[in-house]
Amino acid sequence: MSIDAILYAVAVLGGLGVLFGAVLSLADKMFAVTVDERISLVRAAVAGANCGACGYPGCDAYSEAVVKGEAAVTLCTPGGVKTAAALAEIMGVADVGVEPMVARIRCQGGDGISKDHASYQGYQSCRHAMSLAGGPKVCPSACVGLGDCFKACQFDAISFEKNLCVIDPVKCTACGMCVQACPNSLIKLLPRAATVTVRCMNTQAPKPANDSCLYACIACKRCEKACEYDAIHVNDFLATIDTDKCTKCEACIAVCPKKCITLSA
Amino acid sequence: MRLSDIGIFLFFVNCVFTNNFIFSRFLGNCPYLGVSNKLETATGMGAAVTFVMGIASLFTYLSYSYILVPLNLQYLNTIAFILIIAALVQFVEMFMKKSLPALYSALGIYLPLITTNCAVLGVALLNMNSGYNLLESVLSGVFGALGFLLAIVLMAGVRERLESSDIPKAFKGFPISLIIAGLMSVAFLGFSGLVK
Repeated sequence: MSIDAILYAVAVLGGLGVLFGAVLSLADKMFAVTVDERISLVRAAVAGANCGACGYPGCDAYSEAVVKGEAAVTLCTPGGVKTAAALAEIMGVADVGVEPMVARIRCQGGDGISKDHASYQGYQSCRHAMSLAGGPKVCPSACVGLGDCFKACQFDAISFEKNLCVIDPVKCTACGMCVQACPNSLIKLLPRAATVTVRCMNTQAPKPANDSCLYACIACKRCEKACEYDAIHVNDFLATIDTDKCTKCEACIAVCPKKCITLSA
Repeated sequence: MRLSDIGIFLFFVNCVFTNNFIFSRFLGNCPYLGVSNKLETATGMGAAVTFVMGIASLFTYLSYSYILVPLNLQYLNTIAFILIIAALVQFVEMFMKKSLPALYSALGIYLPLITTNCAVLGVALLNMNSGYNLLESVLSGVFGALGFLLAIVLMAGVRERLESSDIPKAFKGFPISLIIAGLMSVAFLGFSGLVK
């Protein structure tokens, strides 16, 4: 075997490599696509959890939508106030300010509090359990405790105590995934400042509500009378707090005979 | 198995069924198992592979016949083909990004992944080993890729249904997929005598 064969081999492969390199670098210039640099700035400013709270498939899609002007700068809830301000600055729009939110569970019906009317043995999912004969609890809007919200939470903020959902307000980013996951709509995004919450969603008449759970709202209206600020009202046998009017005086907490109004962290 | 001997129909049957890349040559198994979760992405992957295998067959044939053979460097075919396929996929990606952004975003990550799909290199090498001419090379590339498309789409259809069926825990996910891939391969064995 002569040296020529080796040289040819090196020359051919080297030549091909150089040729392709040249063609590709030319092509790179010819087919260059200009990307708006704000997209990468926005992408760096959002929370980056790919949680989908904004309604777009992932942070990349949301960043593109923001730069195109299709999405509001306030949709990244995990990023909260900081992200909204950063995006507003990048996009040159006024910082409207977002109120920091947190997910609150509106039920206290754990084991021994809310009565069971059946023992559910099937697939471990709240939604499945609720679709079978109205669910395992006597109360039709009680926390089933099988963890649909836990599975939905990407921030490890949800745990269970006595088969009752507990949300850690420090870890919660208000992405809203658990709100969608709960078949009984027990979780709601509320302003972080609104610490006084009615933790019941039972809209049954007082008698069945009282029978189903130790901490059920029985629509006695004592909170309504105790509130000096017209912030709490009973509709459909359930007390609801107007977070704009509530001054957190805790008068309603003091008078509630069923302990279903609480002060959260 | 020359085109002139068996005609285009049997050539097609041979490439798609008898010598299916997945089920009888066992090439390109990585995307076959990796991208067959959803029918939509599987179809996208299959289409991208068809496109790349077609033009890869063309370019590898040209470089083999007009560069490697005249210089007696046939033994370099593997490394040269790898180079050609990688450059080609890169070029196609750039071209698509500029001219066909819709198709580019539909194929997404699968386009660059094709570079490392062994079915693409496999078809180039098989074409040379079988002594195919230009037309036969390109046809075998396109038809072979259609076989791949068929396999991955069938698999995605099965796996979509598996998602909602009651499978013993130990078999969930990849184990059952591998069993099904094996069963499909056995089924395709039925085509083996079709083209002699």
